[in-house]
Amino acid sequence: MILAATGSGPVIPHYGTGSRCVVENHAFCSSWVSAHWGDTLQPALVQHVELTGIAVGIGFAIAFSAALLAYRRRWLSGPIEGISALLYTIPSLALFQILVPFTGITTTTVEVALVAYTLVMLFPNFVTGLNSVPADALDVARAMGFTRRQTLLRVELPLALPAIVAGLRVAVVSTVSLATVAAFLLPKGLGYPIFLALKEPSPFRTEIYAAGALAVGLALAADLLLVAARRVLAPWAHRGVA
Amino acid sequence: MTSAAVNLHTFLDAIRFIGSNWHLLLDKAAQQLELAGAALGLAMAVVLPLGIALGHLRRGSTVAIAGSIAGRALPVLVLIAAFLTVFGIGFVNNMIALAVLASGPILINSYEGVAHVETNVVDAARASGMTAGEVLRRVELPLALPLLAAGVRVAAVTVVATAPIAAIAGGGGLGDIIVNQAGYGFDGVLGASICAMALSVFAYGVLTVLERAVTPAGLRRLAELEKGNRRRETVPVANIT
Amino acid sequence: MTALAVFRRNSRRLGRSSGSPRGAEIRLESVSKHYAGAETAAVENLSLTIEAGELCVLVGPSGCGKTTTLRMINLLIAPDSGEIKIDGRSTRAASVTELRRGIGYVIQEGGLFPHMTVAGNIGTVPRLLGWSRGETRKRVSELLELVGLDRSLAERYPAELSGGQRQRVGLARALAGDPPLLLMDEPFNALDPVVRERLQDELLRLHRELAKTIVFVTHDVDEAIKLGDRIAILRQGGALAQFDSPDSILARPASDFVRQFVGENRALRRLALRRLDQIELAPSGKADAGLPTVPAAATVREAVSLMIETGTRALSVVGEDGEARGTIRFDDAAGLLK
Repeated sequence: MILAATGSGPVIPHYGTGSRCVVENHAFCSSWVSAHWGDTLQPALVQHVELTGIAVGIGFAIAFSAALLAYRRRWLSGPIEGISALLYTIPSLALFQILVPFTGITTTTVEVALVAYTLVMLFPNFVTGLNSVPADALDVARAMGFTRRQTLLRVELPLALPAIVAGLRVAVVSTVSLATVAAFLLPKGLGYPIFLALKEPSPFRTEIYAAGALAVGLALAADLLLVAARRVLAPWAHRGVA
Repeated sequence: MTSAAVNLHTFLDAIRFIGSNWHLLLDKAAQQLELAGAALGLAMAVVLPLGIALGHLRRGSTVAIAGSIAGRALPVLVLIAAFLTVFGIGFVNNMIALAVLASGPILINSYEGVAHVETNVVDAARASGMTAGEVLRRVELPLALPLLAAGVRVAAVTVVATAPIAAIAGGGGLGDIIVNQAGYGFDGVLGASICAMALSVFAYGVLTVLERAVTPAGLRRLAELEKGNRRRETVPVANIT
Repeated sequence: MTALAVFRRNSRRLGRSSGSPRGAEIRLESVSKHYAGAETAAVENLSLTIEAGELCVLVGPSGCGKTTTLRMINLLIAPDSGEIKIDGRSTRAASVTELRRGIGYVIQEGGLFPHMTVAGNIGTVPRLLGWSRGETRKRVSELLELVGLDRSLAERYPAELSGGQRQRVGLARALAGDPPLLLMDEPFNALDPVVRERLQDELLRLHRELAKTIVFVTHDVDEAIKLGDRIAILRQGGALAQFDSPDSILARPASDFVRQFVGENRALRRLALRRLDQIELAPSGKADAGLPTVPAAATVREAVSLMIETGTRALSVVGEDGEARGTIRFDDAAGLLK
């Protein structure tokens, strides 16, 4: 059975022709992977990175502003966190569909949902980070004649950085995971090859494993990248205690 | 019709669907809870003792951390698909996939809960002649209970919220309707989505109440105070798919 | 060139010596502060004049308003009424940030910024004032030497230092802009006794050399007696119980409260305030040849203690070179208390 390619999606090969490995549906056929990297796996990977990147980017911007706001007006953080927690319990599949009447079956729908989830993960961490700045340091900064803005830029934000990065790690990794579900709505991302492979009566192992490995690999790579970034941006958080 | 009216119309259709098919929806919801429950049970049976043991010995923190990262980084879709190729379609592959998902929060929380019991307290217990087992049972576990309960709650809500995806691999539940727009129409899909959302919120509510009930009042206050000090928070990991 | 001389020369050269070279005079005029919801005022109608270059200690039981008073000087807390004048200018006149950049502030453990290195911390005020990177770096080196820290510590982070080291860095940071006034809020509180004593001595040395005005808050009356040129003893509500030199307070406590607060053994403690090389000694005679010796750097109290130990009523005072400087007799020591 040949599955027709949509305008933007990858071409799923005819299942049953090709090498012996493919025909007999062994665990993993590297020949298939190399043959179809260009038309199936790579586009999916790129789309996935796009989906994740946009979601995390927008989510970061909103969460950051919201956290700064809640930092100044403490009463806001309770309600925002409460709403976020509730938002997070909504199944992604369900949230996508609930958004469809508003934004249709488009990337926007997926992004709105992903951004919402990212917000939930980032906001508490950002607030915690800002609140964990030692009171002594703030006191002294005031006493030294820092303006409000200088205190924020030179003391509070740098000290909140480790918590911010921790939040980003969770957010990025989770979003990579969540983005696979986008395939239920749109033919995009690494979820799509898996989704299609599952629809077959006898699911094509290699495709599942290949796309899966890429998704996991992407998540882990992002995590490691952020850890490295934290080492560079906040070396003080790693130095030992006397 | 204006788009707002369109939207309202669509949602009304969905509500109507819920109204006329509530029996079916209830069945599906029960099915979903069954799957979630089994997965949670499996995860707790395997991972809870492991986490507690590691925490008690205060070893293997890297294992615990790695476990929780893995829980986040492995998309459920991938897990379900992978296990399907091994176990075939049906209940088992979904249960195991969801159990893997639930393991993350349970592992990290049980480890941290037990390991972070103040060493002074543990030393005092040991000094008063308790065996290791007694220290664990009478001192560490009760004090670790708040974190443990929180971990189980997060895991449970995660699993309930993620279960709909299992529909594509024969897992049943409300997901069956959501992925089957051809069969139930969009009002069905939307209706089931709303129900799935309600189910999740309901589970969240119930589990929060249960968690409070299980935690002794004094410890709860302590946990709240400590939350401010702890650098790494247990971030809600519900809905990792 | 000594570290101090280098510090002074460079401050002058860069034209960065803020305020009078001899430290600032501080006047508190009927200052009051009342926290909302509190029964009594934190500080009620306090008037005090601190001379330029003086090390004034604010001491009293907890709740007496000493920290509040300190923090009103650099406007971390705004007084409800009254005025504070630094070198004749009201603190309300100039902008708050300007005011604070001319005042050094030291708290427990130094209050260092964890995310900056030692050099980064010390260089904070210079950078705020717009110094170049080169100037700042040089200044940091000078200050490290001034406070007795090895230059190799410059690139370490506060978490890697001991409590005593952190406190010294905090002091260096406060001195970086060469302010005429230093405010210190129980800075040595968290340190163990040995380190604390060493830092107290360092502070006294720095004060002698730099002649800045220092306002020092502590709850430890012994620390106050050791450090202060004058001590302001405060009671509840910031009421001034006595404001005088340590010797005067010990000799003539103004009230029962002061007497009780200062504690026992006042006569002996007064004797500890003077050293043998600071007082007039009786000339050494032949009869004094066999007397036990005491170093000239010792305090009169130590001499009396030695007399009791050895069962004599006189000691021979000996300089570092071993030469006899004179004799100290018990009656003379007691006479010092008049």
